[in-house]
Amino acid sequence: MKIRLDHVVKTFQTFRAVKDVSLEIESGELVALLGPSGSGKTTILRMVAGLEFADGGHIYFGDQDATDIPVRDRGVGFVFQHYALFPHMTVAQNIAFGMEVSKTKRDKAAIHARVAELLRLVRLEGLGERFPAQISGGQRQRVALARALAVDPKVLLLDEPFGALDANVRRELRRWLREIHSELGITTLFVTHDQEEALDLADRVVILKDGHIVQQGTPEEVCREPKSAFVMKFLGDANMLSAEVRDGRAYADGAVIEVSGIADGKAELYARPVDLDWAVGGPGVAASISRVMDRPGGRRVIATTGSGVPLELDLEPERAVKAGDAGYVTLRRATVFAV
Amino acid sequence: MRRNVLPGLRLSLGVTLLYVSLIVVLPLAALVFKAASLGPLDYWQIVSSPRALASYRVTVTAALGATLFNLFFGLALAWVLVRYRFPGRRIVDAMVDLPFALPTAVAGISLTALFTSNGVFGSILDDYGIKVAYTPLGIMIAMCFTSLPFIVRTVQPVLEDLDPALEEAAQSLGGSDVAIFRKVILPLLTPVLLAGVSLSFARCLGEFGAIIFIAGNQPMSTEITALLIFIRLEEYDYQAAAAIASVLLLTAFLMLAVTNWLQARALRYTQRS
Repeated sequence: MKIRLDHVVKTFQTFRAVKDVSLEIESGELVALLGPSGSGKTTILRMVAGLEFADGGHIYFGDQDATDIPVRDRGVGFVFQHYALFPHMTVAQNIAFGMEVSKTKRDKAAIHARVAELLRLVRLEGLGERFPAQISGGQRQRVALARALAVDPKVLLLDEPFGALDANVRRELRRWLREIHSELGITTLFVTHDQEEALDLADRVVILKDGHIVQQGTPEEVCREPKSAFVMKFLGDANMLSAEVRDGRAYADGAVIEVSGIADGKAELYARPVDLDWAVGGPGVAASISRVMDRPGGRRVIATTGSGVPLELDLEPERAVKAGDAGYVTLRRATVFAV
Repeated sequence: MRRNVLPGLRLSLGVTLLYVSLIVVLPLAALVFKAASLGPLDYWQIVSSPRALASYRVTVTAALGATLFNLFFGLALAWVLVRYRFPGRRIVDAMVDLPFALPTAVAGISLTALFTSNGVFGSILDDYGIKVAYTPLGIMIAMCFTSLPFIVRTVQPVLEDLDPALEEAAQSLGGSDVAIFRKVILPLLTPVLLAGVSLSFARCLGEFGAIIFIAGNQPMSTEITALLIFIRLEEYDYQAAAAIASVLLLTAFLMLAVTNWLQARALRYTQRS
């Protein structure tokens, strides 16, 4: 089912949570709404679900205007951050709930068979008789997904689905959700503030700030061509240097890099830690190393420039550097925004 | 004993046990001893005398009726106080506790004044042939009044803590309001409703002050057990008073035990495997 948001607005008391958002989600697509807290991403998701109503604009499911359809008739599956499992029902009863309250009557055997099928899908065979308090967080979230899928929703909506889980479980569930999505092909929209999660999981990432969409595209597009300093910073660690653009080149504290399409004048230069390198001799930004942090994949170095700006750079594990070394930070690549 | 980070277990346990003994156990034990000083035959004769039996019937039926009414009304009141914001909500919320604060005799006199055939309510009800004052119905109303806070105050906090996401989840799964209430909210409130019901019922069994003014106190028809005990005391028949009181005590105890058991059953789901 294709979803289309057309100039959607939502205001809470005086706070405009969502300002004029238009967005299309293709049938079968897996889309992430990514943004810091207060960016309106959860509000958008809840409006698509019908848990909030838009103050302005329209939401279409396929060709149907769904703006005013209440949640119970909208045919969406919603997965909550804190699972929202019914604590007094077993796992199997939780999954069966939607089928039991549905207007389309199913007989007991059919419900039973469907519950067993879903338990298999979410790999929780044998846990059907447990209560939610008796299973782990990751298992609970899988039950919540099975429960949402039980009513054959047209759209699957997930609100920070892995936010309450620890890092390892989160990664595992992410892979698993991706598998389930390719197996079922259901249009899926999920909200996260974790850029890694959005980039790992989604076909397309929609980045929000203060109730607006600031950029959308495939993970590759948003990573390689961030359109603003906000996107650059939000997607991952980024170093900023003040720069001056002249004749297609950006000059920053002794480092120079070719740029295109930026008018001459003041600019900001952003570089990821992996885009920076360390050299004993110039040219480059003169700096001294203030700290070295070793990580499994390499060494993260914090170098402070002559003007006191700390820069973070990622070096290979073999590089012999230590705190106190003086040298130059060189640019492998960078993104420059005019100010 | 397991070592505990917090100090003072021995001291606080000692103090509380001492107080429980002095304030609760000792008087009850005295009551039981007094009743036990009767021979079994005498005891049986007193507690099963027609007048006593009639008083149990009056008390228990009225208490059941009042508790049932409070179950619905108290739940509705708690629901409204928790779920809706309206002008005067805090005043209504504060008024729920009035029956606790008001001397029960004052409540009894006011209720009587309202419900006698020339009172504000009584005169209207009289036109429809309904008599409240000096009937079992009056007893029930007095019981309702004094035991209402128990249900409201036990249900309220649980209702407040109920995760709104549960209802949203149930809605997104297609549940109607009725289905959500019946299958999600009510089962989650059951344990606390049972607790409220047992407290309310126990209070109704023991209520005295509010009832005696409105009840009419006719032996065999509107005489409650608590009053019968009082009458026996007035006659210096302490043993008989203790015997009848022991029946009330046993009933309250049994009822609390049963509701505790039901409550534990209803809360099975919270246990970890």
